[in-house]
Amino acid sequence: MVQHTPIEVDREKGNFSYKTHYEYDAGVGLNEGVINYIADVKGEDDWIRQFRLKALDVFNRRAMPTHWATKDLENIDFAKIRYYLSKGQIPKRTWEEVPDEIKQTFERLGIPEQERKFLAGVEAQFDSEAAYSNIKADLEKQGVIFLGPNEGLKEHPDVFRKWFGKIIPTNDNKFSALNSAVFSGGSFIYVPPGVKVAQPLQAYFRINAESFGQFERTLIIADEGSEVTYMEGCTAPQFETSTIHSAVVELVAMKSAKIQYITVQNWSNNVFNLVTKRGLAHEESEIRWIDCNIGSRLTMKYPAVVLNGRKARGEVLSIALANDGQHQDTGAKMIHNADETSSNIISKSISIGNGRSSYRGLVHIPDHLRGCKNNTECDALLINTNSRTDTFPAITVRGNGNSVQHEASVSKLSAEQIFYMMQRGLSEGEAMSLSVNGFVNDLMKHFPMEYSVELKRLIDLEMEGSVG
Amino acid sequence: MPTALQTKLLPMASLGDDAQLIAYRESLSGSIPWLDAKRAEAWDAYQSLPMPTRKDEKWRFASRMAFDLANFRITDAPDNSTRQRAIDASNMMHQVSGRMVFTDNHLASFDPVDSDLEAKGVIFKPLLQAIHEHPDLIESRLFAEEAHLGSDKFLALHTALSHSGALVYVPKGVEIESPLMIYHWTTQEGVAVFPHTLVIAEEASSVHVVDIFQSLEPDLPAFCIAAGNLYAGPGSHVFRKCVQNWSHETISFQADATAARRDSTTQTLAVNLGGKRARFENQLRMTEPGSHATMYSLTVAQGDQEFDQRTFQSHEAPQAVSDLLYKNALLDRSRTIFSGMINVAPDAQQTDAYQTNRNLLLSPEADANSLPGLEIQANDVKCSHGATTGQLDPEELFYMLQRGIPKRTAQQLMVYGFFEDVLDKFEQEEIRDNVRKLVQSKFHL
Repeated sequence: MVQHTPIEVDREKGNFSYKTHYEYDAGVGLNEGVINYIADVKGEDDWIRQFRLKALDVFNRRAMPTHWATKDLENIDFAKIRYYLSKGQIPKRTWEEVPDEIKQTFERLGIPEQERKFLAGVEAQFDSEAAYSNIKADLEKQGVIFLGPNEGLKEHPDVFRKWFGKIIPTNDNKFSALNSAVFSGGSFIYVPPGVKVAQPLQAYFRINAESFGQFERTLIIADEGSEVTYMEGCTAPQFETSTIHSAVVELVAMKSAKIQYITVQNWSNNVFNLVTKRGLAHEESEIRWIDCNIGSRLTMKYPAVVLNGRKARGEVLSIALANDGQHQDTGAKMIHNADETSSNIISKSISIGNGRSSYRGLVHIPDHLRGCKNNTECDALLINTNSRTDTFPAITVRGNGNSVQHEASVSKLSAEQIFYMMQRGLSEGEAMSLSVNGFVNDLMKHFPMEYSVELKRLIDLEMEGSVG
Repeated sequence: MPTALQTKLLPMASLGDDAQLIAYRESLSGSIPWLDAKRAEAWDAYQSLPMPTRKDEKWRFASRMAFDLANFRITDAPDNSTRQRAIDASNMMHQVSGRMVFTDNHLASFDPVDSDLEAKGVIFKPLLQAIHEHPDLIESRLFAEEAHLGSDKFLALHTALSHSGALVYVPKGVEIESPLMIYHWTTQEGVAVFPHTLVIAEEASSVHVVDIFQSLEPDLPAFCIAAGNLYAGPGSHVFRKCVQNWSHETISFQADATAARRDSTTQTLAVNLGGKRARFENQLRMTEPGSHATMYSLTVAQGDQEFDQRTFQSHEAPQAVSDLLYKNALLDRSRTIFSGMINVAPDAQQTDAYQTNRNLLLSPEADANSLPGLEIQANDVKCSHGATTGQLDPEELFYMLQRGIPKRTAQQLMVYGFFEDVLDKFEQEEIRDNVRKLVQSKFHL
């Protein structure tokens, strides 16, 4: 008999928080007063205030989508959440100006200094406002705009107002309305025609106040023939009461542009992560979502691409890992709205312990189109006997000019593979970890190197508790 | 003969008139308290349940319930010449073990099983007769399956009013070679029918049951709520096939359920051709280990037809295998919906469950919707689903053209080929040929 000694892991890795003095605090609960407070603090134009108030009204009227989604949503107590909190910092220009205590937080997150230098621009968000914001001078020279939503709307209304709230309208769903009402923080990016941003733009987000929801808003516009990659990663400290994270991310790819949006989500296990992400792809453009969900209590996120121009291409590559007490309800939507558009969805999910992962997808091809193609593959891996997985795709195809294929499979780790590796001297835990990494490996190779390294570390860490 | 029992029935009741339906239901009641109670309960459920709407997830993509129940009524038996026409046309298969023909809910013709099978204890009887002669045998199984797939309201109405159809009971170890055929006809304008098939196969028995649903006139308006329940005992082999070829003015609902016990082999096969809108729900419960179930369906949709198919493969016990293949060919402005779900319970380890939906779009206006779903709560399983929607493969077509086959013929061959792997599941050549002819008659490529 081989006895497995439990591997010593720092399970409290995210279990820390720093006492922070909040200069602006709108209090708990959601009402018009809070909205007005946010608009006042931010010194927003009246149209944004009206936009927020209208969104609050929509939020209040919309019912929870529990007729299809999990009943766990009912456990969110909107009256107990802080909707706005900020140190009132002015976005910093250099790393040296960032307060030490915030640097300390990043240190714990394990972002290496070298990586930061390598990356084109780091906008690390501490609570609602950008604490650090830097774009390399050469990007600025090329005319790339990389700001928070407030500065973006204030300084470049001609660029951003046109698309703000247009890809994901306020009334799209209850949580997009919530975000539209109380959004703060996030990134507004504009890439001028023909500019190819060589290095990925990056933002790290951070929740650091109990019962404080983070509602960032991102809008990326890639003009004709341009290319940009954006990466976001999240970690959050653990708290006793539930926190909510509800972002809205809108992407616009103009003719022949390419946008790649990468997310590594590792919120602590008490966070409701309810995010709306959608891209609009014009003629011959390409939008690709790479989405990894590892943390949170409940994630509901279905990145979408509206393929609006001829030969546009949309892609979603998704990895979800659900451990004990987690439900990763993720997927993708592909709305074909022009001839010869193509879309590809590859989703891999891993359920550990009593974790549950769900794939929910939508593919729509109306009847006047020709030459549209979709390919969907969802593979699920179940580690323990009580792990759970679901697949709920919805596919509508009209007309005989288009083709769609969908495949899904569910399996467990191969006992033979594990046996082989253990025979070669690996522990059971190492063998399982290796096997799981192999399962997601063909997706990982699409990721930038530093992300696949980080992801591999996260998977190893999640797997360590699951043996025996 | 059951005619004596049938004379008690009221001659007519409109589906739009609750008072008439209550009176009709009461005319069905008799000396069996459990059945009367079940029908009364079902009637209350029918009245209290709301009409499904498209917002209901189980009715996603279905079109609006744009029919008026008041246009349909339960009728008396048709006249003798009409009856005879239906009986004469009930000729899908000649080598049979027994045959029943119903016209507008009323028994028109009955060829019982031979005395040899009867001596072995086989029961093949019209439902109305079986209810009176074998109430204890069917008490736990008649109208016992719940509708999990959305049609609760319609199934409740069926339970309250159904009396046409057959009971098939096969005792332990008895094997019935040739199929038992049950024909249901609609012959009168606006008729509402409620066909019911109950198959109880005891341990190590074997039986084939075929239901054929047809209308005497191709444009006859009619309404149908059918249900079929199969109980496959340990080690039994149960095969049920349905050919639905109602008139193109028929509103049809069908809710079938199979309960598969240890080491049983079950197969359901549905060929869907008729109806204006036809909804077919098929649920499978694998309650004990080692059972093996296959579910096939072939649908040809044309004109404005809508076929709405919902399936549920429920693996409640370990080591069971289920395999589903639903094929749809769509012409004109037709619509199909396939919504399938595989559910594997937490303890149902070593499950193999598969689900495949193939849609062939043959017109620029056809509309195919696919919702293949999985809910897996055990880890040692092999489960997959696949859904494809597309047109005839241009490469295959090119290959045939290259070999000198004219385009029309080539297209026809490819479409017929698409159906063959389902049609092939009809073991008996005669019925296979007849169904193939029926399917091909819908084509005018």
